[in-house]
Amino acid sequence: MFPPAAPYLVGREKIREFSRAVFATSPLSTDVAAARAAGYDDLVAPPTFPVVIQEHTLQQLLAEPDSGIDFGRVVHGDQRFTFTRPIIAGDELTATLTVASVKSLGGHSMVTAESSIVDAAGEHVVTAISTLVVRGDE
Amino acid sequence: MTASDLTVGEVVAERDFTLIRDTLVRYAGASGDFNAIHYRDDIAQSVGLPGVLAHGMLTMGFAVQPVVDWIGDPGRVLDYQVRFTRPVPVDATDGALVSVVAKVGALEEAAVRIDLTVTFDGQTVLGKAQVRVSIA
Repeated sequence: MFPPAAPYLVGREKIREFSRAVFATSPLSTDVAAARAAGYDDLVAPPTFPVVIQEHTLQQLLAEPDSGIDFGRVVHGDQRFTFTRPIIAGDELTATLTVASVKSLGGHSMVTAESSIVDAAGEHVVTAISTLVVRGDE
Repeated sequence: MTASDLTVGEVVAERDFTLIRDTLVRYAGASGDFNAIHYRDDIAQSVGLPGVLAHGMLTMGFAVQPVVDWIGDPGRVLDYQVRFTRPVPVDATDGALVSVVAKVGALEEAAVRIDLTVTFDGQTVLGKAQVRVSIA
Protein backbone atom coordinates (compact mmCIF):
# COMPACT_ATOMS: atom_id res chain seq x y z
CA MET A 1 0.00 0.00 0.00
CA PHE A 2 1.18 3.52 -0.88
CA PRO A 3 0.65 6.66 1.22
CA PRO A 4 -2.58 8.51 0.25
CA ALA A 5 -2.18 10.89 -2.71
CA ALA A 6 -2.68 14.63 -2.14
CA PRO A 7 -6.40 15.54 -1.83
CA TYR A 8 -8.11 16.35 -5.16
CA LEU A 9 -10.77 19.09 -5.22
CA VAL A 10 -13.34 18.33 -7.92
CA GLY A 11 -14.07 21.51 -9.88
CA ARG A 12 -17.23 22.29 -11.81
CA GLU A 13 -15.30 23.35 -14.88
CA LYS A 14 -13.18 20.18 -14.71
CA ILE A 15 -16.38 18.11 -14.80
CA ARG A 16 -17.59 20.16 -17.80
CA GLU A 17 -14.22 19.76 -19.55
CA PHE A 18 -14.14 15.99 -18.93
CA SER A 19 -17.79 15.62 -19.99
CA ARG A 20 -17.07 17.28 -23.31
CA ALA A 21 -13.99 15.06 -23.83
CA VAL A 22 -16.05 11.84 -23.46
CA PHE A 23 -19.09 13.06 -25.46
CA ALA A 24 -21.26 13.18 -22.32
CA THR A 25 -24.54 14.93 -23.05
CA SER A 26 -26.35 14.52 -19.70
CA PRO A 27 -27.40 17.97 -18.43
CA LEU A 28 -26.63 16.71 -14.90
CA SER A 29 -22.92 16.93 -15.81
CA THR A 30 -23.03 20.44 -17.30
CA ASP A 31 -26.04 22.35 -15.92
CA VAL A 32 -26.05 23.07 -12.16
CA ALA A 33 -29.79 23.81 -12.11
CA ALA A 34 -30.54 20.45 -13.78
CA ALA A 35 -28.28 18.62 -11.28
CA ARG A 36 -30.00 20.36 -8.35
CA ALA A 37 -33.45 19.59 -9.76
CA ALA A 38 -32.40 15.92 -9.79
CA GLY A 39 -31.48 16.12 -6.10
CA TYR A 40 -27.70 16.63 -6.28
CA ASP A 41 -25.76 19.47 -4.61
CA ASP A 42 -23.84 20.26 -7.80
CA LEU A 43 -22.71 18.79 -11.17
CA VAL A 44 -22.46 14.99 -11.34
CA ALA A 45 -19.24 13.65 -12.87
CA PRO A 46 -19.40 11.14 -15.75
CA PRO A 47 -18.80 7.50 -14.68
CA THR A 48 -15.16 7.34 -15.82
CA PHE A 49 -14.15 10.66 -14.18
CA PRO A 50 -12.36 8.82 -11.31
CA VAL A 51 -9.61 8.08 -13.85
CA VAL A 52 -8.44 11.69 -13.35
CA ILE A 53 -7.77 10.91 -9.68
CA GLN A 54 -6.51 7.40 -10.36
CA GLU A 55 -3.97 8.88 -12.78
CA HIS A 56 -2.24 10.61 -9.83
CA THR A 57 -1.95 7.35 -7.88
CA LEU A 58 -0.65 5.41 -10.90
CA GLN A 59 2.07 8.05 -11.27
CA GLN A 60 3.16 7.08 -7.72
CA LEU A 61 3.43 3.46 -8.83
CA LEU A 62 5.30 4.20 -12.05
CA ALA A 63 7.67 6.59 -10.24
CA GLU A 64 8.62 3.85 -7.75
CA PRO A 65 12.31 3.16 -8.57
CA ASP A 66 12.09 -0.58 -7.79
CA SER A 67 8.66 -1.15 -9.35
CA GLY A 68 10.54 -2.42 -12.41
CA ILE A 69 7.79 -0.91 -14.56
CA ASP A 70 8.91 0.77 -17.77
CA PHE A 71 6.10 3.15 -18.78
CA GLY A 72 6.84 2.59 -22.47
CA ARG A 73 5.99 -1.10 -22.08
CA VAL A 74 2.75 -0.68 -20.17
CA VAL A 75 -0.55 -1.57 -21.83
CA HIS A 76 -3.88 -1.05 -20.09
CA GLY A 77 -5.50 -4.49 -19.76
CA ASP A 78 -8.76 -3.77 -18.00
CA GLN A 79 -10.49 -1.20 -15.87
CA ARG A 80 -13.33 -1.16 -13.39
CA PHE A 81 -15.08 1.47 -11.26
CA THR A 82 -17.26 0.44 -8.32
CA PHE A 83 -19.29 3.29 -6.82
CA THR A 84 -20.80 3.85 -3.40
CA ARG A 85 -22.00 7.23 -4.68
CA PRO A 86 -21.25 9.43 -7.71
CA ILE A 87 -18.55 12.13 -7.68
CA ILE A 88 -20.07 15.63 -7.30
CA ALA A 89 -18.41 19.01 -7.98
CA GLY A 90 -17.02 20.35 -4.71
CA ASP A 91 -15.96 16.91 -3.42
CA GLU A 92 -12.49 16.78 -1.90
CA LEU A 93 -11.27 13.28 -2.67
CA THR A 94 -8.30 11.30 -1.44
CA ALA A 95 -7.06 8.20 -3.23
CA THR A 96 -5.01 5.41 -1.70
CA LEU A 97 -3.29 2.98 -4.03
CA THR A 98 -2.82 -0.70 -3.27
CA VAL A 99 -1.06 -3.14 -5.56
CA ALA A 100 -3.47 -6.03 -5.23
CA SER A 101 -1.59 -8.59 -7.30
CA VAL A 102 1.36 -9.15 -9.62
CA LYS A 103 1.20 -12.14 -11.94
CA SER A 104 3.56 -13.38 -14.63
CA LEU A 105 2.07 -14.71 -17.82
CA GLY A 106 4.21 -15.84 -20.74
CA GLY A 107 6.98 -13.27 -20.26
CA HIS A 108 4.58 -10.45 -19.47
CA SER A 109 3.62 -9.31 -16.02
CA MET A 110 0.16 -8.21 -14.99
CA VAL A 111 -0.12 -5.67 -12.19
CA THR A 112 -3.51 -5.08 -10.60
CA ALA A 113 -3.63 -1.64 -8.97
CA GLU A 114 -6.57 -0.63 -6.84
CA SER A 115 -7.25 3.03 -5.91
CA SER A 116 -9.75 3.50 -3.12
CA ILE A 117 -11.21 7.01 -3.26
CA VAL A 118 -12.83 8.59 -0.19
CA ASP A 119 -14.40 12.00 0.47
CA ALA A 120 -13.37 14.65 3.04
CA ALA A 121 -15.36 12.80 5.74
CA GLY A 122 -13.45 9.60 4.96
CA GLU A 123 -16.53 7.93 3.44
CA HIS A 124 -16.00 5.66 0.43
CA VAL A 125 -16.99 7.14 -2.94
CA VAL A 126 -15.52 4.84 -5.59
CA THR A 127 -12.83 2.23 -6.10
CA ALA A 128 -10.92 2.25 -9.39
CA ILE A 129 -9.22 -1.02 -10.36
CA SER A 130 -6.74 -1.19 -13.24
CA THR A 131 -4.84 -4.12 -14.63
CA LEU A 132 -1.66 -3.02 -16.35
CA VAL A 133 0.14 -5.43 -18.63
CA VAL A 134 3.89 -4.88 -18.72
CA ARG A 135 5.33 -6.43 -21.86
CA GLY A 136 8.49 -8.46 -21.31
CA ASP A 137 11.70 -8.24 -23.40
CA GLU A 138 11.09 -9.46 -26.93
CA MET B 1 -38.96 1.92 -14.56
CA THR B 2 -38.89 -1.54 -12.97
CA ALA B 3 -37.16 -4.76 -14.00
CA SER B 4 -40.48 -6.08 -15.34
CA ASP B 5 -40.44 -3.37 -18.04
CA LEU B 6 -37.22 -4.85 -19.47
CA THR B 7 -36.26 -8.07 -21.23
CA VAL B 8 -32.82 -9.68 -21.29
CA GLY B 9 -31.30 -9.14 -24.74
CA GLU B 10 -33.34 -6.01 -25.48
CA VAL B 11 -31.37 -3.13 -27.07
CA VAL B 12 -31.82 -0.04 -24.88
CA ALA B 13 -29.48 2.37 -26.67
CA GLU B 14 -27.11 2.65 -29.61
CA ARG B 15 -24.90 5.44 -30.87
CA ASP B 16 -21.96 5.98 -33.23
CA PHE B 17 -18.99 8.13 -32.25
CA THR B 18 -16.57 9.76 -34.69
CA LEU B 19 -13.08 10.20 -33.25
CA ILE B 20 -10.57 12.54 -34.85
CA ARG B 21 -7.08 13.53 -33.68
CA ASP B 22 -8.56 16.60 -31.98
CA THR B 23 -10.74 14.26 -29.89
CA LEU B 24 -7.61 12.53 -28.58
CA VAL B 25 -5.82 15.79 -27.74
CA ARG B 26 -8.93 17.03 -25.92
CA TYR B 27 -9.15 13.75 -23.94
CA ALA B 28 -5.42 13.89 -23.10
CA GLY B 29 -5.88 17.33 -21.57
CA ALA B 30 -9.08 16.47 -19.72
CA SER B 31 -7.80 13.17 -18.29
CA GLY B 32 -4.12 13.97 -17.70
CA ASP B 33 -2.99 11.00 -19.80
CA PHE B 34 -0.29 12.53 -22.00
CA ASN B 35 1.20 9.31 -23.36
CA ALA B 36 2.53 10.45 -26.76
CA ILE B 37 1.28 7.33 -28.60
CA HIS B 38 -2.09 9.09 -28.53
CA TYR B 39 -0.96 12.14 -30.54
CA ARG B 40 2.34 11.37 -32.31
CA ASP B 41 2.58 8.85 -35.15
CA ASP B 42 6.40 8.73 -35.00
CA ILE B 43 6.39 7.73 -31.33
CA ALA B 44 3.55 5.22 -31.83
CA GLN B 45 5.48 3.64 -34.72
CA SER B 46 8.71 3.53 -32.69
CA VAL B 47 7.00 1.12 -30.25
CA GLY B 48 5.62 -1.06 -33.07
CA LEU B 49 2.13 0.41 -33.45
CA PRO B 50 0.62 1.29 -36.85
CA GLY B 51 0.11 4.90 -35.73
CA VAL B 52 -1.74 7.01 -33.18
CA LEU B 53 -4.31 5.09 -31.10
CA ALA B 54 -7.30 6.30 -29.10
CA HIS B 55 -6.84 6.14 -25.32
CA GLY B 56 -8.55 2.98 -24.06
CA MET B 57 -10.06 5.12 -21.31
CA LEU B 58 -11.53 7.47 -23.93
CA THR B 59 -13.35 4.53 -25.52
CA MET B 60 -14.50 3.38 -22.07
CA GLY B 61 -15.58 6.95 -21.33
CA PHE B 62 -17.87 7.48 -24.33
CA ALA B 63 -19.10 3.87 -24.60
CA VAL B 64 -21.12 4.30 -21.38
CA GLN B 65 -22.77 7.55 -22.52
CA PRO B 66 -25.70 5.94 -24.43
CA VAL B 67 -26.52 4.09 -21.18
CA VAL B 68 -26.28 7.30 -19.11
CA ASP B 69 -28.67 9.03 -21.52
CA TRP B 70 -31.05 6.07 -21.45
CA ILE B 71 -31.18 5.97 -17.63
CA GLY B 72 -31.10 9.79 -17.47
CA ASP B 73 -28.59 10.18 -14.64
CA PRO B 74 -24.82 9.43 -14.50
CA GLY B 75 -25.23 8.99 -10.72
CA ARG B 76 -27.20 5.77 -11.31
CA VAL B 77 -24.09 3.93 -12.50
CA LEU B 78 -23.12 1.54 -9.69
CA ASP B 79 -20.35 -0.39 -11.42
CA TYR B 80 -18.66 -0.19 -14.83
CA GLN B 81 -15.97 -2.49 -16.16
CA VAL B 82 -14.27 -3.22 -19.49
CA ARG B 83 -11.38 -5.22 -20.92
CA PHE B 84 -9.31 -3.54 -23.61
CA THR B 85 -9.11 -6.22 -26.29
CA ARG B 86 -8.18 -4.37 -29.48
CA PRO B 87 -6.74 -0.89 -30.14
CA VAL B 88 -8.59 1.82 -32.08
CA PRO B 89 -6.22 3.49 -34.59
CA VAL B 90 -7.29 7.05 -35.41
CA ASP B 91 -6.26 8.09 -38.91
CA ALA B 92 -5.04 11.70 -39.22
CA THR B 93 -7.43 12.51 -42.06
CA ASP B 94 -10.23 9.94 -41.86
CA GLY B 95 -10.50 9.57 -38.06
CA ALA B 96 -12.25 6.46 -36.68
CA LEU B 97 -15.92 5.53 -36.38
CA VAL B 98 -16.77 3.52 -33.23
CA SER B 99 -20.23 2.01 -32.73
CA VAL B 100 -21.85 1.22 -29.38
CA VAL B 101 -24.85 -1.07 -28.84
CA ALA B 102 -26.21 -1.43 -25.28
CA LYS B 103 -28.34 -4.45 -24.40
CA VAL B 104 -29.92 -5.71 -21.20
CA GLY B 105 -27.59 -8.42 -19.86
CA ALA B 106 -29.23 -9.33 -16.55
CA LEU B 107 -32.05 -8.10 -14.32
CA GLU B 108 -32.04 -7.68 -10.56
CA GLU B 109 -34.76 -6.24 -8.34
CA ALA B 110 -33.30 -2.74 -8.10
CA ALA B 111 -30.56 -2.81 -10.74
CA VAL B 112 -29.96 -3.87 -14.31
CA ARG B 113 -26.76 -5.00 -15.98
CA ILE B 114 -26.26 -3.52 -19.42
CA ASP B 115 -23.79 -5.23 -21.76
CA LEU B 116 -22.02 -3.06 -24.32
CA THR B 117 -20.87 -4.15 -27.75
CA VAL B 118 -18.29 -1.66 -28.98
CA THR B 119 -16.98 -2.10 -32.50
CA PHE B 120 -14.49 -0.43 -34.83
CA ASP B 121 -14.00 -1.59 -38.41
CA GLY B 122 -16.31 -4.58 -37.84
CA GLN B 123 -14.39 -5.92 -34.80
CA THR B 124 -15.11 -5.55 -31.10
CA VAL B 125 -12.59 -3.40 -29.21
CA LEU B 126 -13.83 -3.93 -25.65
CA GLY B 127 -14.48 -7.24 -23.91
CA LYS B 128 -16.75 -7.91 -20.92
CA ALA B 129 -18.01 -4.31 -21.11
CA GLN B 130 -20.68 -4.26 -18.41
CA VAL B 131 -22.48 -1.39 -16.69
CA ARG B 132 -24.62 -1.99 -13.61
CA VAL B 133 -27.21 0.76 -13.13
CA SER B 134 -29.69 1.41 -10.36
CA ILE B 135 -33.36 1.39 -11.31
CA ALA B 136 -34.52 1.85 -7.71
